[in-house]
Amino acid sequence: MEHHQSKSFPISHVIGFVVSLVLTFGAAGIALKTNLSFKVIMWIIGSLAVIQAGMQLFMFMHLREGEDGKTNLVNMIYAVFMVIVIVVGSIWVLTSGHAAH
Amino acid sequence: MGIKWDEFFITGDPLILGSQIAILLTMIGAVAAITYLKKWKYLWTEWLTTVDHKKIGIMYIISAVLMFFRGGMDGLLMKAQTARPEMEFLNSQHYNEIFTTHGVIMILFMAMPFLIGLMNVVIPLQIGARDVAFPQLNALSFWLFFSGAMLFNISFVIGGSPDAGWTSYFPLAGKEFSPGIGNNFYAVALQIAGIGTLMTGINFIVTILKMRTKGMTLMKMPMFTWTTFVTSILIVAAFPIFTVALALMTFDRLYGTHFFTVSGGGMDMLWANLFWLWGHPEVYIVALPAFGIFSEVIATFSRKSLFGYKSMVFSILGIALLSMVVWVHHFYTMGSGPAVNSFFSITTMAIAIPTGVKMFNWLFTMRKGRIKITSAMLWALAFVPCFVIGGVTGVMLAMGAADYQYHNTLFLVAHFHYVLIPGVVFAVFAGLYYWWPKMFGFMLNEKIGKWHFWLFVIGFNVTFMPMFFLGLNGAVRRAYTYSAESGFAPLFMLSAIGSIILAAGFAVFCYNIYWSIRYADRNISSDPWDARTLEWSTASPVQFYNFAKLPEVKSLDPFWHMKKKNEGLTLFDSEIEEIHMPSNSWLPIYMGVIFGIAGFLLVFEWHIAAAVAAIGIFAGLIIRSFDYNEGFHVKKDEIHRIENAWRKTEGEVHDHVS
Repeated sequence: MEHHQSKSFPISHVIGFVVSLVLTFGAAGIALKTNLSFKVIMWIIGSLAVIQAGMQLFMFMHLREGEDGKTNLVNMIYAVFMVIVIVVGSIWVLTSGHAAH
Repeated sequence: MGIKWDEFFITGDPLILGSQIAILLTMIGAVAAITYLKKWKYLWTEWLTTVDHKKIGIMYIISAVLMFFRGGMDGLLMKAQTARPEMEFLNSQHYNEIFTTHGVIMILFMAMPFLIGLMNVVIPLQIGARDVAFPQLNALSFWLFFSGAMLFNISFVIGGSPDAGWTSYFPLAGKEFSPGIGNNFYAVALQIAGIGTLMTGINFIVTILKMRTKGMTLMKMPMFTWTTFVTSILIVAAFPIFTVALALMTFDRLYGTHFFTVSGGGMDMLWANLFWLWGHPEVYIVALPAFGIFSEVIATFSRKSLFGYKSMVFSILGIALLSMVVWVHHFYTMGSGPAVNSFFSITTMAIAIPTGVKMFNWLFTMRKGRIKITSAMLWALAFVPCFVIGGVTGVMLAMGAADYQYHNTLFLVAHFHYVLIPGVVFAVFAGLYYWWPKMFGFMLNEKIGKWHFWLFVIGFNVTFMPMFFLGLNGAVRRAYTYSAESGFAPLFMLSAIGSIILAAGFAVFCYNIYWSIRYADRNISSDPWDARTLEWSTASPVQFYNFAKLPEVKSLDPFWHMKKKNEGLTLFDSEIEEIHMPSNSWLPIYMGVIFGIAGFLLVFEWHIAAAVAAIGIFAGLIIRSFDYNEGFHVKKDEIHRIENAWRKTEGEVHDHVS
């Protein structure tokens, strides 16, 4: 409460917000309004998701502001671990055994 | 909007009619009592708008005790229905609703808030801080939890309860097979409460990382602080998964999407997958703080430092890490194939290792200790054998191949009650008996407490032990009745008798609270247990700013060493400085109310009205964004007066050192 934040306009947040919207609607548009094959659509919207996640890290998550590099590193490794567990784990579980058929 | 008013109130069941009348009378009674006693202003300024972590914690605990009653009634109704074969006390639909609400309420609205309540009261005190990092966010967490809990609870009198089990598996939970609005309550109420929990997780991570007092390094933190810290990390990791899953469920049910509906090309198994990706860490989210409570209680009443502090910390971290990679053991029978099932069998069994380390640490803490058998310690002692039964049956269930035999039987139900009741309920009782004097300045009666303990523990074992054998004999869970030829009747009857003893234990607990409020001795020390951690170094009940002078920590069990060496216990006038504290705010309760209204309208699929109410949510966010209230300063005179009031009393802290 002692340290006042700078009152300048949060331009990077606004850009991040707009770009997020563009990427999200882009993904929806590609999925719903194009005739590409299922596989191509999955790859495109998957890539857009990764781009958006990376962009939000810089625009919203104060990645560049941390004074402590080690903490950031631990956080990033943890986040990558979680993403692998949730995304890769789910794909593995839902596409093997009986689930594949 | 197509409102069906005839479906608004549930009618035609005498049990529910009775509840409706009871709820109405209770509400009228409460309003009348508060008005008669002229307590509205007190209630508003001291409780409803408070940002004080101790009061928020107490409100969490009160809510949790109420929810314990509600969930317990559900449990008793189930036990009454299955006491005899072919009973016609509840029909199958009613039984489905009751086991669904029992599960949801006990996990999310009893276990979670009880632990979060104790965390709120204790953690800032244990780390020598004056509040949590974001006091107003903390109040918002509470009111969102409360709002979600109330929304979920009214479902059985208004609109109809969810009935697809606490796991709400698709396709059953979808619109196709559950067309009523009951499951909307599940999707919306848990979403609101979940947002509150997520904020709590963030709040406690920041509090513990940033607000520890001077000298308290990470490896000098009390064990309850450690477990709370790791639990908060798990909350932040796991709850967003549930948020997403519930949002997808809401879209499926309300707006016709097909994420989980097979007929529309969705994948019903994705729900089970996402649910348990959250649900398994959730088990450890409630178990870890409970382990922390036992660590504090066992160390205090064995009058020794916790054995193997470092191995405790690493085993907590190990459990947290493993808890993220075991979720498939909840649905081996879904048939993900031998590779998947083998992988998750091994990770699941591996969890027994760090848990075993903790068990031995607690036993070695007691070894050669001068053990004091208080009520709190009794709960910790009973926890050890009961939890081991739960853990060992867990390793049995962990075996993918064998699980095909146990899956969906009462063996499983007995297993997780043997984990969650000793692991969480015993812990919150231990914590409540232990920290009650810190919260209120008087103790719970020890003699009544022992009655509570014995009835509850005996009742618990008599209720759930027979269910292991019923399950092995083939009794399935969630079945509302069984035939006389099955031969299940005697054990079901025994289990029902056990549940009455269990309920008697809970009744004695409530009586203990009543008795202690009326008759307990108010003239007690601020450190009645001769305890070891910083929360005991300040007044009981704790003054609103916690510490006049922030303590300095040099070792583990800091307060114990302060007492031994007689340092840092006294306060000189020159040391008193003005204290900066946050102001109360009406916004958190406003947000709770408006979220509740919007959620209620959404449950009934009155979309336009819900959208209008949602404007109120955004209004609250905007008001908060422009709120520049910087809190207030407590004047030196006031601190002086408050400190003198408790420090000059007879039988104070210093006289208790051995």
